[in-house]
Amino acid sequence: MNDPKNGMTLIVKTVTRVTVWLIVLYGIYLILHGHLTPGGGFGGGVILALAFLNIMLAYGRDATQKWLNIKFLEDIEAVSATLFLFMGILGIALGGRFLMNFLPKGTPHALFSAGTIPILNILIGIKVAMSLFLVVWVLAGLHEEEGGKK
Amino acid sequence: MPVETWLYFTLGFMILGSIIALEIKDILSSIVAIGVVGLGVSVAFLFLQAPDLAIVQFLFEIFAMIILVRAFVKKDYHAETPARVNGFLVAISMLVIIAIFVSSISVFKLLPPFGQPLFETAQHYVDHGVRETGAVNLVTAIILDYRAYDTLGEVTVLFTAILGTITILRIRNGKNAGRKGA
Repeated sequence: MNDPKNGMTLIVKTVTRVTVWLIVLYGIYLILHGHLTPGGGFGGGVILALAFLNIMLAYGRDATQKWLNIKFLEDIEAVSATLFLFMGILGIALGGRFLMNFLPKGTPHALFSAGTIPILNILIGIKVAMSLFLVVWVLAGLHEEEGGKK
Repeated sequence: MPVETWLYFTLGFMILGSIIALEIKDILSSIVAIGVVGLGVSVAFLFLQAPDLAIVQFLFEIFAMIILVRAFVKKDYHAETPARVNGFLVAISMLVIIAIFVSSISVFKLLPPFGQPLFETAQHYVDHGVRETGAVNLVTAIILDYRAYDTLGEVTVLFTAILGTITILRIRNGKNAGRKGA
């Protein structure tokens, strides 16, 4: 990971190593508390994508490719989209309507409340994080390839 | 000061930012000016008491800035030849815009006053939202319970976008350098 040819300087890499986990933690917090506080799946997902992006910018594309399994991220993305649809069909089966909130509502202000909303929030968070990161990943690869040809 | 004053101030700030983004020669300064416009939108959402939208807007602005900077700064887009401006065409378009604005003043009078929407579904959400969905954050209650079908559409759009990007760039990669990327 500490190849001086790839990515930015040692200072950026060291700071990134500490702060990336704080960013990931904040993203997970926003996703899990989406039904209680401002935020939710979209915002939290973008924060997770920015955390991955931070690693990519600091360490370079090749080092990130060794550390992260990009194929696996693509699979996670597709699976989370399918699970969202599956939750909707479960709504038909158990509640009578598409995307029906069929789980018990619980008490307001509790973490485990609001039925299917936290589950859908988590799925959307994963989906948005993987999608946005992969878009930048693919575009960055194109950029490097064209630079190499010149 | 009332909210409207701050909104007008933010709006003027954003208009100034977009004019600078259009007119400035250096591409990096232009990207920064676009970021200022996005920050203005985010602040406007904060003044309208919509923190959810403010967070998402702010984050997407950062995201767009990273993409734009990465896409433009390394290449030789810095040198930009100034475009020739046809004064006659500019004058005609300004006159047309002013004519449309003047002739639609009567429509502006029909608009509802600030903070009093005509749409009454929102009142139902405010009154019954917490009891019907169990979610304290009403925005999430709406986008994932009342309007979850809409959210499914958004997820589909994102999915199709990433699918299209990967497919197109994989074809290019396959032509150029085997199957190494993506």
